[in-house]
Amino acid sequence: MDKPQLDLEFAELYRAHLRDVYSYSYYRIGNHHDAEDLTEQTFLQAYRHFARARAESNGRPLRPWLIRIAHNLAANYHRDRSRRPQTHLEDAAILTEPLGTEQIVEEREEVEAVLRGVAGLPDDRREALIMRFALGMDNREIARALGRSEGATKVLIHRAIRQLEERLKEEEEVTDE
Amino acid sequence: MSEVERLLQNAFVPVEPPGALTERLERRLTELTDAAMHELADFDPGALRDPRRWARLAAAGLVAGTAGGALILVRARQKHRRREAHGLRALQNGLREVSGDMRRRMIR
Repeated sequence: MDKPQLDLEFAELYRAHLRDVYSYSYYRIGNHHDAEDLTEQTFLQAYRHFARARAESNGRPLRPWLIRIAHNLAANYHRDRSRRPQTHLEDAAILTEPLGTEQIVEEREEVEAVLRGVAGLPDDRREALIMRFALGMDNREIARALGRSEGATKVLIHRAIRQLEERLKEEEEVTDE
Repeated sequence: MSEVERLLQNAFVPVEPPGALTERLERRLTELTDAAMHELADFDPGALRDPRRWARLAAAGLVAGTAGGALILVRARQKHRRREAHGLRALQNGLREVSGDMRRRMIR
């Protein structure tokens, strides 16, 4: 394949998944500034290896490959800075329907509790949940992004949801006391 | 869908990338390309005799190869914005035009 055609395909990939990469970066890192850097680095690195990745993909979608790059860069980021993700809830919690003040507060508290719970999960479980719920990736895509089998990914997500459920219950019990 | 899954769905809304990010990314790619182009344009064949310059020349070639194509992408986006009304065909034409530009710059 010639270079202009390859660039055309990369342009398609970029346009189609800029939001995915940014969302993933944001939820992994927890602030817009570093999420922007991570997104930028992801696309620069993706461009550099695009021809090979495309050749090796055998026609499969390249989103998991792109997210895997972001995943590795985010892991480096956390390793270098020894930080845990912090989510800016005021930006993340988007309420889609008009609600009363009381309902807004309630929904915001729910969202905060969920994000707190997710932040406390082991890394692989947290990442799988971000991929599933922020990006809408299916098990096969998540498996490719994490370098696992589909079966193992299904179990990982199931356990992540169960663990989160327990955490939220515990938190609720503490609040009720 | 369980209650926790519903909560997760509400919590993890997709986040739109800020406009400043795309602008910065495009600017960065353009700068990289121009720097690499200058490096290659200034190339003195005699430099190959000096092994200390090999790494620098290789890096410039790599960046030109990488960011040159990325520049095509960026400029195609800009052309696409101007010609949005003409759809994908216009974008493809834009890409062809820009890649032609790039080839001419490389040959010069």
